[in-house]
Amino acid sequence: MSSAPAGAASQTEPPRTPFWRADWARGALWQALLLAAFVWLMWAAIDNASVNMRARGVPTDFGFWNRPAGFDINQTLVHFTSAGSTYGRAFTVGLLNTLLVAFFGIIIASVLGFLIGVARLSRNWMVARLATIYVEVIRNTPLLLQLLFWYNAVLAPLPNPRQSLELPGNIYLNNRGLFVPEPLFGAGFDWTLWALGIAIIAYYAVKRYAARLRVETTKRLPVGAIALGLIIGLPALAFLLAGAPLSWSTPVLRGFNFNGGVRIFPEFVALLLGLSLYTAAFIAEIVRAGVLSVSHGQSEAASALGLPRGRLLRLVVIPQAMRVIIPPLTNQYLNLTKNSSLAVFIGYPDLVQVFAGTVLNQTGAAVQVISITMAVYLVISLVTSAGMNLYNRRMALAER
Amino acid sequence: MNDIASPGSSVRQVSVRQDIVPRTFVRSQVSPDLPPPLAVGGVIGWMRDNLFSSVFTSILTLLSLLFLYLHTPDLVRWLFIDAIWSAPDGDACRAPGAGACWAYVNAKLEFFAYGSYPRDMVWRVDLTLLIGAGLAAWLLWPSAKHKAAALVLFLVVYPVIAFHLLHGLGPGLRATLSWLADLFGSKPLADVAANTLPVVGTNLWGGVFVSLLVATVGIVVSLPLGVLLALGRRSKAPVARFLCVMLIEIVRGVPLITVLFMANTMLPLFVPEQWSPDRLMRPLIGVALFASVYMAEVVRGGLQAVPKGQFEGAMALGMSWWSMMRQIILPQALTIVIPGVVNSFIALFKDTTLVAIVGIFDFLRAVDTARLDPVWAGPTSSATGYVFAATFYFVFCFGMSRYSMMMERRLTRGRSH
Amino acid sequence: MKVRASSLCFAIAAATTLGFTGFANAQSGDKTSRTLEQVKARGSLSCGTNTGLAGFALPDDKGNWTGIDVDLCRAISAAIFNDPNKIKFVPLTAKDRFTALQSGEIDVLSRNGTWTQSREADLGLLWTGVNYYDGQGFMVRKKLNVSSAMELSGASVCVQQGTTTELNLADYFRSNNMKYEVVAFATANEAIKAYDSGRCDAYTTDQSGLYSERIKLTNADEHLVLPEVISKEPLGPAVRQGDDQWFNLVKWAHFVMLNAEELGITKANVDERLKSTVPEVRRLLGVEGDYGKALGLTPDWGFRIVKHVGNYGESFNRNLGEGSRLKIKRGLNALWNKGGLQYAPPVR
Repeated sequence: MSSAPAGAASQTEPPRTPFWRADWARGALWQALLLAAFVWLMWAAIDNASVNMRARGVPTDFGFWNRPAGFDINQTLVHFTSAGSTYGRAFTVGLLNTLLVAFFGIIIASVLGFLIGVARLSRNWMVARLATIYVEVIRNTPLLLQLLFWYNAVLAPLPNPRQSLELPGNIYLNNRGLFVPEPLFGAGFDWTLWALGIAIIAYYAVKRYAARLRVETTKRLPVGAIALGLIIGLPALAFLLAGAPLSWSTPVLRGFNFNGGVRIFPEFVALLLGLSLYTAAFIAEIVRAGVLSVSHGQSEAASALGLPRGRLLRLVVIPQAMRVIIPPLTNQYLNLTKNSSLAVFIGYPDLVQVFAGTVLNQTGAAVQVISITMAVYLVISLVTSAGMNLYNRRMALAER
Repeated sequence: MNDIASPGSSVRQVSVRQDIVPRTFVRSQVSPDLPPPLAVGGVIGWMRDNLFSSVFTSILTLLSLLFLYLHTPDLVRWLFIDAIWSAPDGDACRAPGAGACWAYVNAKLEFFAYGSYPRDMVWRVDLTLLIGAGLAAWLLWPSAKHKAAALVLFLVVYPVIAFHLLHGLGPGLRATLSWLADLFGSKPLADVAANTLPVVGTNLWGGVFVSLLVATVGIVVSLPLGVLLALGRRSKAPVARFLCVMLIEIVRGVPLITVLFMANTMLPLFVPEQWSPDRLMRPLIGVALFASVYMAEVVRGGLQAVPKGQFEGAMALGMSWWSMMRQIILPQALTIVIPGVVNSFIALFKDTTLVAIVGIFDFLRAVDTARLDPVWAGPTSSATGYVFAATFYFVFCFGMSRYSMMMERRLTRGRSH
Repeated sequence: MKVRASSLCFAIAAATTLGFTGFANAQSGDKTSRTLEQVKARGSLSCGTNTGLAGFALPDDKGNWTGIDVDLCRAISAAIFNDPNKIKFVPLTAKDRFTALQSGEIDVLSRNGTWTQSREADLGLLWTGVNYYDGQGFMVRKKLNVSSAMELSGASVCVQQGTTTELNLADYFRSNNMKYEVVAFATANEAIKAYDSGRCDAYTTDQSGLYSERIKLTNADEHLVLPEVISKEPLGPAVRQGDDQWFNLVKWAHFVMLNAEELGITKANVDERLKSTVPEVRRLLGVEGDYGKALGLTPDWGFRIVKHVGNYGESFNRNLGEGSRLKIKRGLNALWNKGGLQYAPPVR
């Protein structure tokens, strides 16, 4: 700045800026200082940590990873026993449980959020008002309180296992969870899967053919009916030809609890419910803002063309609103994933509960365990935002 | 469309048939008046427009009404009619059929508010909160004057006052006072030095006051730090930018719980032992860090909203980068982000419930702990505590969010001229 | 924004140093030097307690702590300061109780901690004794008609995570070839709530905990504590290694309370018993000899403890026994001459 050219007005040579006052030198100095401070801070932290950890007898290595865990976990997607499984295995179990609840939570929250967001804009006063109340109550109370509420609300009305509600198809519901028959696939069942794969490929082929046919000859093919026939009929045929190689393991009440079948735990349901209802309120606001951001002229023009309201929304408003919606939507998905760590308060064995809870307490390896946990969430966040960015780029306005 | 077209089409059909002579329809007398519409205005008209405009909306309305009908009476009965309003202990609340146990909330109200803070000194907490509320009102009142002064008071002076009021006179100040007392040989001054604001350890702090404290510390630290991080992120210096981006992305990418775990168990390992932070200080550091990176993103949004011309104008005047930021850009950017800051505060206030995981007696934890008291223990007292907590959080957060929306409207009104 | 940024920065820096270093200074301590001197200099004892367990450590509406673990700290404070209230209670979660002691943040950890080999050897701590002999047990609903833990095969069990309890539970079911479902919660409070709502058939923790939690259930009479004790849980106060004087002081504070009970000295009659001619009583109350000196205390340290806190039996009765709502029997915690395990060496 000080070296502003004096121009023709000044007769003498402008004074040369000494290099220590030049912008580039100052900038470099600042940055060097910053870097030095950062490096020093890091070094001091690591040095202190190693001294303190040694003094307190805290393990500094990752040796615990392969040691037997000695505790049990109820909901495990992979095999886990207290006798044979290691702490590393416990990590896998926790991670998978986190991903499971985040995956279903995102789906439910999206569907619900879109419905409520549209409901807030509904012309029905009652519906709009209820949606508003829902959004305001949910957004203005802590998630933790809501989770505690849902957990108790889910558990309270359910009967104990001996008085289970029996639903059709050997499904049982009680305060230990929902018990569903588990399919047991016999030999030859893979033929059915192959058939399904072929059917899906065939469906795409038919769809493309139908589209071309329509452009060229304006003839419409009943694609829906053909698809239904293909996707259900072909696998069913294969299934029957293979001799129906499928049996069911039904849940049976034995002793205290049901054995056999697939079980959905109440902790999972409560967490899923709490997370999706909470996130749905935020998504609803995003959707509302997105819909409102589409200029009025667009919907008026569509109305003028005679589009009914449903198709107007689906074909004109929502595609444009999506551009506004997607970036904050990504954030909400990430928030949901991160908020799933509140599982620790209601006993759902997610990554934080199992790994940063039990494993940390049993091994005392605080630094290692917490670093790994944070790294996992970081990776999930980065992967999700990368995926959403990709989608966002596809949806973005093609500017010409 | 069909109903409009039908009379015309019948005419056309007639005209198509050659054997019949085309006719025209000309009315020869005035048609009778139609009955007046049921109601266009008034309650019924409103209901027809807003509740029963089509079959689908009618079904939705009826379903909503059914939902309200099924749940409201039970709720009202539990909350008010069957509720126990005053009782010496929890026996009445434990009786079958008892509703909400408000007597329990009443008995524990002080504990909910202050935790174990010595009862004869709670005026210190009240005073601190009052000053804080006054300053916040000054800052947030749309037409208040001298906001910069208020900001400095809030960010710099207030934390110092609050610390001495809440925790007790700092050792340095106390030593100075007693040194002065020795110097003048003054007995009253020595008494003042020894007895003013005795130290109240953070282990006694708890309740709503700690929740507010955590959120306030988060905001007070995150405002300057967030601005710095946001500036750093937009800076052209690669080292500063890299460090800021890294910090922001790492902390934003992980859940608050893990940040709290880190602050609680790892922070004491990272500093020399004699510097090990206080048990309350650790989550405060964690929360402040967490709030700062979110604040940085809010401020970045504000910076991006400042028109490019402002930057160019400032540069054209030959301002240095710092004075451009200080005098031109930040004042505009910070005004734009007021709603965002309030929203962050709401989010932060809700998130303070998580500090319970590291053993801090925040409001929710106080509700939970009071429940353990054998005198009051019982399922209804616990549920009542949660209802009370939820109501408190809702009133607080809802009020703040209304304020933020009001500010947003004012700001957009000012901008769209 | 008329304020200059540099002055703002300076003010912030000043405020930070002025205000918040106080936090760090307030509790920094050199843990290698003698704890007693530090406690005396500080004017208060820093006592790590449970965050809230009825009968052991629980703050009331006014923030006053009560419980048998709390009484032990009060006894130490009484012996040093002749005042049972010069204590800073530091409520600690299971996760950071030992770090707090190791780092010197607290002087004594009286937080119903189980005395185990690895905790002494690996963590550098010392247990000074056992103020409550406990063992892990199970609580079930009476209507399940279960009378033994061996009948719990297939049951769902609620437990607090990250404790020895969780490991003992796994061991017990594994060694008896029984299947079970564990439902683990971060705090005991959440675990008991889940048990109460019917999520689990059984709740497991130390037996004392079972009794103290039972009264909080919807219908306490519908629940039953099974007779099996599946582990040894000697609970007691712990101190850091390397300060033998402090170790002795904490240890003998407990022994004085036991001896007082054995000799029939209570809070009520302690003044009167000063005139006693029984040599044991005279030595304990400091009328004869100076047994406090080597501990760094005054001769009447024993008198102070009993006067302010009472004897072990009184403390037990007030916090856990018939005088409390928990109504736990003395059992293993009766004196040795009444069929229990509580045995104190003589003051001599």
